[in-house]
Amino acid sequence: MKLTLKIWRQKGPKDRGAFVDYAVDNVNPEMSMLECLDVLNETLIERGEEPVAFEHDCREGICGSCGFMINGVAHGPQRATTVCQLTMRHFKDGQELVIEPWRAAAFPQIKDLVVDRRAFDRIIATGGYISVSTGNAPDGNVIPVGKEIADRAMDAAACIGCGACVAACPNASAALFTGAKISHLSVLPQGVPERDHRAVNMVAQMNAESFGGCTSIGECTAVCPKEIPLEVIAIMNRDYIRGSWKKRDDVVKTIAPVTDWSSGRG
Amino acid sequence: MTLDSRTPSGPIEQAWDKTRFDMKLVNPANKRKHTVIVVGSGLAGASAAATLGELGYHIKCFCFQDSPRRAHSIAAQGGINAAKNYQNDGDSVYRLFYDTVKGGDFRAREANVYRLAQISVNIIDQCVAQGVPFAREYGGTLTNRSFGGAQVSRTFYARGQTGQQLLLGAYQALERQVQAGTVAMYPRTEMLDLIVIDGNARGIVTRNLITGEIDTYIADAVILASGGYGNVYYLSTNAKGSNVTASWRAHKRGAYFANPCYTQIHPTCIPVSGDYQSKLTLMSESLRNDGRIWVPQKKGDKRSPNQIPEAERDYYLERRYPSFGNLVPRDVASRNAKAVCDEGRGVGETALGVYLDFAAAIKRLGENTIRERYGNLFDMYQRITDEDPYKVPMRIYPAIHYTMGGLWVDYHLQSTIPGLFVLGEANFSDHGANRLGASALMQGLSDGYFVIPYTIGNYLASNKLAKADASHEEARNAVADVQQMTQKLLSIKGKRTVDSFHRELGKIVWDECGMSRTAQGLEKAIGQIRALREEYWQNVNVPGSGDDLNQSLEKAGRVADFFELGELMCVDALHRNESCGGHFREEYQTPDGEAQRDDENFSYVAAWKYRGLHAPEELHKEPLVFNYVHPSQRSYK
Repeated sequence: MKLTLKIWRQKGPKDRGAFVDYAVDNVNPEMSMLECLDVLNETLIERGEEPVAFEHDCREGICGSCGFMINGVAHGPQRATTVCQLTMRHFKDGQELVIEPWRAAAFPQIKDLVVDRRAFDRIIATGGYISVSTGNAPDGNVIPVGKEIADRAMDAAACIGCGACVAACPNASAALFTGAKISHLSVLPQGVPERDHRAVNMVAQMNAESFGGCTSIGECTAVCPKEIPLEVIAIMNRDYIRGSWKKRDDVVKTIAPVTDWSSGRG
Repeated sequence: MTLDSRTPSGPIEQAWDKTRFDMKLVNPANKRKHTVIVVGSGLAGASAAATLGELGYHIKCFCFQDSPRRAHSIAAQGGINAAKNYQNDGDSVYRLFYDTVKGGDFRAREANVYRLAQISVNIIDQCVAQGVPFAREYGGTLTNRSFGGAQVSRTFYARGQTGQQLLLGAYQALERQVQAGTVAMYPRTEMLDLIVIDGNARGIVTRNLITGEIDTYIADAVILASGGYGNVYYLSTNAKGSNVTASWRAHKRGAYFANPCYTQIHPTCIPVSGDYQSKLTLMSESLRNDGRIWVPQKKGDKRSPNQIPEAERDYYLERRYPSFGNLVPRDVASRNAKAVCDEGRGVGETALGVYLDFAAAIKRLGENTIRERYGNLFDMYQRITDEDPYKVPMRIYPAIHYTMGGLWVDYHLQSTIPGLFVLGEANFSDHGANRLGASALMQGLSDGYFVIPYTIGNYLASNKLAKADASHEEARNAVADVQQMTQKLLSIKGKRTVDSFHRELGKIVWDECGMSRTAQGLEKAIGQIRALREEYWQNVNVPGSGDDLNQSLEKAGRVADFFELGELMCVDALHRNESCGGHFREEYQTPDGEAQRDDENFSYVAAWKYRGLHAPEELHKEPLVFNYVHPSQRSYK
């Protein structure tokens, strides 16, 4: 197969980027999208050019490192599949693919297809956990959790934090990501004691970052490689309203968003 | 230096309790005066950083990924063992201990394994409390499955994503400490050297992967939890970024490397489809419960599998191992697949594959039952290969997926450098020569949540460390070394890419130090690796500069270390004149072709000391004594 890849190249955070066309001639339909980029990069290096920077690690669709837009769709045309597991047989010989990074103010560009997703870590840090220090746990079977509840928690917990939801949303909202963690923890009995605080704090952090608001469009769930259901946003909103009413006198703690990478941070 | 494992005396059941009592404690008010560095944020690193943070220590945690949640622990599928005996089927701490020592082919330290089995039950409790959504029965209790040849059901799981859920639990605990201010997290920061001052590990030198800055971090102790070295083979089931650099640079500063030749090969992976292949994908071992493995009897038979009549198929595992059949352990299944492919009977385009056929099971149980049992796996297989395993047999081939060897540690998980502790897959401690399924997650969390918080306290309370900062001579030397190596890699500007070298290195190590090994092959491999390493330092092309995100540069440093490690693996495999677990030397097999241990001469841990690039590494031995589980020959006929 021969393909034309129109790839967003950007040297650094402050540089102006542009699309550059690359003809790739030896595309095997069995290879993954990332292996196709590997092949291109080998050629670029041999030609003395800089390879395309892109994020990847496990290449099994679970670590959440990879992801970019292909012809305007986050993670490309196949449902429930990250770009590392997207095989080239989904494209036609001679096709042009426009490849660009996630575009969202809350995900500042770093280089080529690589963006900064630390905003997600900050959202988790403000409440995406159950506060139980090591050594405090009772026996695992002390709190029964019905199978339906455990399954529902697992459905939400399957989120890999790749950021496709934000990239696909016209508002660049992080509601699906945040809702997934809030839902995972609040449907479980272990998560109930902190439910109100958790929702209030995590939503406050989401708002403190440069994410937009949710207007229930549903692009997020359509591109989600783990098919996180839209209902997690409803659960988030319910917990948030409940929490804000009950905890309205509490002080909400957010973390100042950081965008630079110079050492000595943290 | 003699290796003191600090294994406690007395009955093994009380060893850990006694050790905990004998250890010194750090006063709560003094904990915040101590800084501890944690390198790696997988199960072992994240759980250690979170727990030490909770105790009040000041922690700096480093990972090369963009977020600690990406660490490769996340990809573990199957589950985590614990001796809970919730199924009332005869499990106990002692049985888990026994199974692990035996599964490791009697090459692990008994006291460590016993402690691991004891702690296994606490891990499950902790993870449940954190909200890890383990699979449940309708009545609300935790459910289990059997795994990896054990005769009891002791594996806890969260669908096929157990590693992900356990890691997210540890990651969330870590982020809670980030918010509390006890842990400072440094993502996209790679450790490139260890700083040793007056014989103690006191810090690390890092490269900021975005800005290229080389920095120094000083602490009172350093914990490495940087994973295994399976990527030396280039193609493995490891994440692309997994590397040995943190461990290897510590090795070069004095930490002994133990049993590097103990690597584990998983028999059921999707075969390689072409030269561009970047990694291998694992298919759960559970498929062997219903699938039948076969190859054509004739060499080079290119007919499609459905056209090969029953009489012309060779169900080689069922033929050779009538009592275990397709369910022989991982190492045996892998070696046999290689043997039939070496004979020229492999299947698929590359002829490096064997069939895993569900036709008989579908006929016997119906397609629906098979779909219920393995639907997810069949879908994943179809997504990658575009073949329908309900109609055509799957093609599988073995691949490297875990390394039992690693930095040598004592019972306290301290390496041969005082103040340098090593956790999880990065150390060598608990799995001997072969790891059982669902035991890697258990070890990572045991080390991080429950062992290191005690042993590091003892170290800090027992040692008075002089004040040190980045201006110390040793720190400046380490920084200079790192800068020099970075500059050197960038300045060669040769003709070959880093990946092309890595692929070639991987092939040498796979061919000669993979599933089966011979003295002759290993000697050849050592020569080839050295020659290739010399070419690497003359002819590699690392584009770009060191001042920004440069993924080629990151790879180049890691591959440089893989060259040196690959050679040591071959040296270790060559010296171990026996077969055990994942280490199969063709010269040492029983008359019917099984691994033959030599307990009289090789019942020890081989710990290697680095003595410079051009001097051979020096072998130190830690004798292994088995007071509880008596060594026997494994048989699966």
